[in-house]
Amino acid sequence: MAQRQRDSDGGARVGVYVCHCGTNIAGTIDIYGLTDFAASLPGVAVAREYKYMCSDPGQALIKQDIADHSLTRIVVAACSPCLHEKTFRHATALGGLNPYFFQMVNIREHDSWVHTDKAAATAKAKDLVRAAVNRVKRHQPLERREVSVKSDVLVVGGGIAGIHAALTLANAGKRVYLVEREPTIGGHMAMFDKTFPTLDCAACILTPKMTAVKMHPNITLWTMSEVARVEGYVGNYRVTVKRKPRYVIEELCLGCMECIEACVFKQAKVPDEFNLGLSKRKPVYIPFPQAVPQVVVIDPETCIEFKTGKCKKTCIEICGERNAIDLQQKEELKTIEVGAIVLATGFRIFDAKRIPYYGYGEYPNVYTGLEVERLINAAGPTGGELVMRGGRKPTSVGIIHCVGSRDEHTNRYCSRVCCMYSLKLAHLIKEKTGAEVYSLYIDIRAPGKAFEEFYNRVAEEGIRLIRGKVADIYPAPNGGSGLVLQVEDTLLCRVHKILVDMVVLATGLEPRADAQEVRRRFNIGCSSEGFFLERHPKLAPVNTFTDGIFLAGCCQGPKDIPDTVAQAGAAAGEALALIDAGAFELEPSTAYVLKDNCSGCKTCIGLCPYQAISFVEDRKQAEINEILCKGCGTCVAACPSGSIRQHLFEDEEILEEIDGVLAYA
Amino acid sequence: MPDGFEPKIVAFFCNWCTYLAADLAGTSRMKYAPNIRVIRTMCSGRLDPQFVLYALANGADGVLIGGCHPGDCHYQEGNYKTLRRYHLLKRLLKEYGIEEERVRLEWISAAEADKLRTAVNQLVEKVRALGPLRWCAPVEVREPSEVTLQ
Repeated sequence: MAQRQRDSDGGARVGVYVCHCGTNIAGTIDIYGLTDFAASLPGVAVAREYKYMCSDPGQALIKQDIADHSLTRIVVAACSPCLHEKTFRHATALGGLNPYFFQMVNIREHDSWVHTDKAAATAKAKDLVRAAVNRVKRHQPLERREVSVKSDVLVVGGGIAGIHAALTLANAGKRVYLVEREPTIGGHMAMFDKTFPTLDCAACILTPKMTAVKMHPNITLWTMSEVARVEGYVGNYRVTVKRKPRYVIEELCLGCMECIEACVFKQAKVPDEFNLGLSKRKPVYIPFPQAVPQVVVIDPETCIEFKTGKCKKTCIEICGERNAIDLQQKEELKTIEVGAIVLATGFRIFDAKRIPYYGYGEYPNVYTGLEVERLINAAGPTGGELVMRGGRKPTSVGIIHCVGSRDEHTNRYCSRVCCMYSLKLAHLIKEKTGAEVYSLYIDIRAPGKAFEEFYNRVAEEGIRLIRGKVADIYPAPNGGSGLVLQVEDTLLCRVHKILVDMVVLATGLEPRADAQEVRRRFNIGCSSEGFFLERHPKLAPVNTFTDGIFLAGCCQGPKDIPDTVAQAGAAAGEALALIDAGAFELEPSTAYVLKDNCSGCKTCIGLCPYQAISFVEDRKQAEINEILCKGCGTCVAACPSGSIRQHLFEDEEILEEIDGVLAYA
Repeated sequence: MPDGFEPKIVAFFCNWCTYLAADLAGTSRMKYAPNIRVIRTMCSGRLDPQFVLYALANGADGVLIGGCHPGDCHYQEGNYKTLRRYHLLKRLLKEYGIEEERVRLEWISAAEADKLRTAVNQLVEKVRALGPLRWCAPVEVREPSEVTLQ
């Protein structure tokens, strides 16, 4: 740790600005007392309070004071530096000072909003302001650092979010790599029948966009692929993509599907993932008729050739000269360099088996909402006929809302889409079968454009809406057919036992099973539910804390299709703003070595995860590459001789802060 | 213990996880003890153990260190280095005769405002029970007869 000289203020003239933030800060902290206190601190030339420091007049005040009072340092006590540090650095620079001659004091998020005792909150604010004044006097002039930004973009996930983001970016002339784990793009939306509240057919609105992706000259589509590794930093990511073998050469396959016909499996025997196991497929298959790419895929888990090596390989035979089938295909690694990344990895459906008393998986006629989407879809396993397992049409159906949502035992959050898709399914089931439909809800949440109208429409169609959480489902007694739903109607305060043929569970939306792994790979955060964390819930909803990585769709939290598409467009827009700027300003807080002091002990070298520190043999000293350094400061803390230092986090600056918060007023 | 003792706690929070958790606690209007003074570093790995000793020597009664969860460090592994130093620091504190509970390391992610509140409140209560550290106060000179040489 470097030794500090105590008397080197250098005659700094500090301006301190205390923000009221309306009553957000002024309601708890004695602003005037705090300002007077700041004015009394050594080196402070001006201390002022102002209603909103972040406003234009607030910033102008700083600029004016720098000129009028020859200020050399600026301190603003307001909100979190995450919100307005940049604003005030800019204001400081406009006044003609180095932008880093500025320090922000967080007296809102860290003080006025979390404390109720006004005296204690004000005392804390004084300590924090004193620390900042102490510290800012030590600030050194720093240069802005910029990195260039590569213009290609990676989009991860080929659902509607990824598709929309990729198309927007590609239409703007950027090269886009769209990486999808499954054999086709389309995601969950491709599995839906109709979409609420307009009842558009999901495939009709989605498949043109899927085809557009395939046709777009600027989009490289890699299906059956996953991101294996991400290196680099904003503007310069180096991404390794693992391409799993499809055992079919994409460029050669025409999608004629003759090989599927010819497969030695005469009957389809394997549960079809796209239809959620409600139908069967062969080991060679195409996920669904409009799949993009229109290319078959061979599943090595079930293909006889892969299992025994003794198949007649009729698929290869029929493919003939086209030679599109290649059973020797190997996993491939591709490396790309991109400036920005859009994550659109989607969600998974809540596993209804986690609520045992709803009997999913136990009673054959308990379905999930997504399964019913497939059953009523014309391209689905039953050709659009709503028939139950056993082949009968239901005459009465109970739809249970909030399965795996708003529930203390599973997920506390609202999945946002289930009320509306339940109403949509109620409408479609009624339309297709004429069955009596009961919708059992906790609250109906219909807060989107034309949603309330849709709810009213469905209610008027004669859907029986009952407010209550279903407590139990059991088979009809005395050998009768059907299932009994036991529910307390909380509006009538009466327990109902409703006999139905079929139960639909409106399962909620959860983070992907590997969301934690994925977020670590991309170095971003997760919220407590496990969805990817946005930089700011309101003001930076598609940004992450890692610059150059943006979020779109349900990986960030449950949302419906319009919101997903809007967010995907926003993520693409943010990526474009980054790329078209051509350069990105980095934080200047890198580490550097004092050449006179370094003894060449090499303690620091192994500590750096970015290989930014090297050992210069002829001088026998460490050297830091400031482009590679990300400014964590780990080596600074470790250097035994105090010869590694960090811009903006110099030992002196931190020690001054400690002194500042501890000095008793 | 003197009446009305209010512990002074200095906290070192990393910019990406714990500092943000404290921001979130603010946005969520959670309430916690006002005894804590936060100093921000980019990574908990920047925390030189001497900062902790310096704080304790200059009037802090306790120190809270906050970093990202293991595996979640914004800088990949800075928090592991913090953990290593923390264990050594604890041993050193013991040698100095300082109750090791006065210094606490917590992994608090940006989403864990509630954990932050609990950690702050618990540490404040713990230190309140331990009483002032007064490490900066002059050392009490004991009579030679009380000292037993071995």
